[in-house]
Amino acid sequence: MIETDIIIIGAGPTGLFTVFEAGLVKLRCHLIDALPQPGGQLAEIYPKKPIYDIPGFPSVLAGELVDNLVKQAEPFNPGYTLGERAEKITKTDDDQFIVTTNRGTEHKAPVIAIAGGLGCFEPRKPELDRLEEFEDKGVDYIIKDPEKFRDKKVVIAGGGDSALDWTIFLADVASEVTLVHRRKGFRGALDSVEKVEQLAVKGKIDLIKTAQITGLNGNGTLSSVDIVNKETEEEIHRDTDYFIPLFGLSPKLGPIRDWELNLNKESISVDTLDYSTNVPGIYAIGDINDYEGKLRLILCGFHEATLMVQSAYKRIHPEKNLVLKYTTVSGVNGFEN
Amino acid sequence: MKDIVTIFVTDLEGTEHEIQAPTDMNLNLMEAMKANELSVKATCGGMAMCATCNIRVQSDHELPEMSEDEEAMLDEAFVLDIEGSRLSCQIPVSEKIDGLRVQLGELTGE
Repeated sequence: MIETDIIIIGAGPTGLFTVFEAGLVKLRCHLIDALPQPGGQLAEIYPKKPIYDIPGFPSVLAGELVDNLVKQAEPFNPGYTLGERAEKITKTDDDQFIVTTNRGTEHKAPVIAIAGGLGCFEPRKPELDRLEEFEDKGVDYIIKDPEKFRDKKVVIAGGGDSALDWTIFLADVASEVTLVHRRKGFRGALDSVEKVEQLAVKGKIDLIKTAQITGLNGNGTLSSVDIVNKETEEEIHRDTDYFIPLFGLSPKLGPIRDWELNLNKESISVDTLDYSTNVPGIYAIGDINDYEGKLRLILCGFHEATLMVQSAYKRIHPEKNLVLKYTTVSGVNGFEN
Repeated sequence: MKDIVTIFVTDLEGTEHEIQAPTDMNLNLMEAMKANELSVKATCGGMAMCATCNIRVQSDHELPEMSEDEEAMLDEAFVLDIEGSRLSCQIPVSEKIDGLRVQLGELTGE
């Protein structure tokens, strides 16, 4: 059981900044996120896009902002449970919460901050017969541990950055990589596109364009896929250990719906005094919450996180009065371990 | 010059809404629909990077051509081949779309 002061559900910008603000008042945090990396949609959807409305940054790339926030949180040694979805919240007899993920990891704390953005990102799945039958038995939507594919045969489908990046990466790891893409051109970054084309020319990968996967075969585990070239109508049967469809991720509110919180459509209703929900000890901050005048902006998430932490402190240390300290005066005193 | 245009939007439940949008605020159709309190997910906020503002255009208005990004995104979300399929965030609100009829796509409410 992982124990901490604040369990933060969602490691996007708001969740990451919560670690910093909590650290300033000596509260420890642990972040849970369904994605394998921190940053939420900034890292997953638009890491290379500039953001212009972060105070003090005339322009910053979304990915850079995430890197900076992770670095800013580092002195406070946050724990991370990544690639796991917060599934269940239960209350303990000593007025604390236990958050359990879909993989069974348990976390205990007196305070939960839900910074879940638009919900958890779930992979967009192609419509294929027997797809679900082979999930975790040869079909993977998210790559958590690339070593799993060492010396294996892999078929990747997709045309965006993640399909390109993983094709490039796995070309050196897997024994055989086939990239299947429905179109002629790619949507990803130019240099990645060039790299993939070069790998194909050198024969290090097999690139099949204007084609799609039409069938999955195997007995218990995946053993081959059927590919059809849409232009030539050629049918290809390819033996493979893994099929990785990378068609992007789409956010779903998911289990949050079952946590007995007051919702307004897909958002959690909060009191703007401290961004508390109807359940004492559970707060909601950033894009996931809703109140009159709500704006879904990163900078508003930062503000909400800061005020929320003050309230969390009072809940955890009801006997103490918190005095606001300026970092310029006190510096940033991280945790030793 | 028409300052306000009218657009007809059928939501996921099949209800038709008549909405008004100003042409001088640099809006796109996704934003205009959200401003009229229609439920459109629009995760990425209008960068043609997510497909959760997808629509089907039902009238024969002349719309700006699809960019490569928009086309690829619709394709990746498996909705490109559907007739009239577009991303509403890529359609500017201008007098050219006055009277436009669209239907919200399945991804807007995912």
